[in-house]
Amino acid sequence: MNTEKNIKTLIVKKPLKLDCGKTIKDFPIAYETYGSLNSKKDNAILVFHALTGDQFITGINPVTNKEGWWSYAVGPDKAINTNKYFVICSNVIGGCMGSYGPSHKDPDQKIFGTNFPVITINDMVNAQYNLLEHFGIDKLFSITGGSMGGMQVLQFISNFPDKSKTVIPIATTSSHSAQNIAFNELGRQAITADSNWKEGNYTSNDTNPGKGLAVARMAAHITYLSKKGLQEKFGRKLQEREDLKFGFDADFQIESYLRYQGSVFVDRFDANSYLYITRAMDYFDLAKQFNGNLSEAFKNTNAKFFIISFTSDWLYPTQENKDIVIALNSIGADVGFVEIESDKGHDSFLLDVPDFLSALKNFLDKSYEEN
Amino acid sequence: MKNEFKVIANLIEKDKKVLDVGCADGTLMKFLKDNKNINIRGLEISKEKVQECIAKGLTVIEGNAEKDLKQFPDKSFDYVVLSQTLQAFLNPELVLDELLRVGKKAIVTIPNFGYWKVRFHLLLKGTMPITKTLPDEWYNTPNLHMCTIKDFFHFVKSKDIKIFKSLALNNLNSSIINKSNLGVKNLFADLGIFLIEK
Repeated sequence: MNTEKNIKTLIVKKPLKLDCGKTIKDFPIAYETYGSLNSKKDNAILVFHALTGDQFITGINPVTNKEGWWSYAVGPDKAINTNKYFVICSNVIGGCMGSYGPSHKDPDQKIFGTNFPVITINDMVNAQYNLLEHFGIDKLFSITGGSMGGMQVLQFISNFPDKSKTVIPIATTSSHSAQNIAFNELGRQAITADSNWKEGNYTSNDTNPGKGLAVARMAAHITYLSKKGLQEKFGRKLQEREDLKFGFDADFQIESYLRYQGSVFVDRFDANSYLYITRAMDYFDLAKQFNGNLSEAFKNTNAKFFIISFTSDWLYPTQENKDIVIALNSIGADVGFVEIESDKGHDSFLLDVPDFLSALKNFLDKSYEEN
Repeated sequence: MKNEFKVIANLIEKDKKVLDVGCADGTLMKFLKDNKNINIRGLEISKEKVQECIAKGLTVIEGNAEKDLKQFPDKSFDYVVLSQTLQAFLNPELVLDELLRVGKKAIVTIPNFGYWKVRFHLLLKGTMPITKTLPDEWYNTPNLHMCTIKDFFHFVKSKDIKIFKSLALNNLNSSIINKSNLGVKNLFADLGIFLIEK
């Protein structure tokens, strides 16, 4: 994986104490920006990516040569309008698109592998906070992200309550559920069961645990879709054949689709990063950081919240998003909430779901007018 | 904006914090926000209407008053508004209690089933009344618990709820309801507007 070219990097000199107790310093954060920062520096939006995302939100990702992961939502005249806003996104620490992670080398020039410290959502946002200083932004106009991006949104505003005017967590949770942890564990087990994993000490592309990582991706991918969405798209349709072959080849289109999703994922993602990032998600429990009272996480902020969930998302269901709304309402915070009708499952936030995109656009543009 | 909303807006002082329960497309909210500097929130069950509110820049929570009012702390709003919806709840008494818990005061409006046109419709035609404020057929109306101004007046009294102001609305005219004219107002108003507190 060539992750060197076309990657902008901020080297964070300040030491960062991680939740695990270790301290890191002089570490890289890889980022990308879209649009331009105005002279008042009041039009910046910090986007946080999900588990397998990266800093390349929109347009062509220069490393993978594929469309950015949030191309439907971000771009000129789109919901997050880059003609109007300055959009920043960085690769999370623990990731594999240039930010400090397990594929980096330790001070002894040995690849970290599983010697990389275990990181948390809290560590990720504390690291990314350095970007504000880098761009000289005192207060962001908005922070947003879906799924794990939403967790970072919640953690960020809790850690830095006066650093964003608006806050948009999407399809997320304040606490990873047993079911969420279970699916992540399934993925991790698939990776570590691959004999190429070698306790995390694989070194080249040829010997990486690609099979395990592909299985992890296939399993996770199912959780991002809804039963209805899958049934409508694939049903029991057969893959380039007239009839069942009575073997274990991909007879059904859904099998072929999942195999394809697994194989392309392996080309762009590092197996150890997958372990680290899923672990960070599993450890996320914002209420627990405040003795079980989620409202306390937000008590110091005057930010305007807008929370969005999707009807068919069973991974981070509406009720878990509503729990955040309830916690905010109980302290009289300014919070709006909408559940978008969609049969595209958890992935709805990444896809062309017009009601979602228009709600996002209207909320941002109207809030900016009131600025 | 309909006359009902103008009357409601006149009951609310500037710079207050208000929750509009069943805020629909946010017309009243927008008016209060723009003209009275009200810190306004809405609760609305219809996804479509929620989207319309967001497009107006209003803070709205998609939800159901019967389930979702409980998340708001006691007396967290100066006023809670409920316009022509009380009769549509499964348990209006519970909703009324919640409105008065969440709001320091509540403004409740009810379509008056005692309005003479309603009475005449049933008396002369012998079919369920259909009027401007009650436009639906019996089989598709959302209204489960219709009442008259008189019913509501007695109901709140029986619950020791204090009535600050009660107004009868008929087309463009609003007038004060009191004990002595209750019978007349109950006949000639198609809408009752009550400012109450507990």
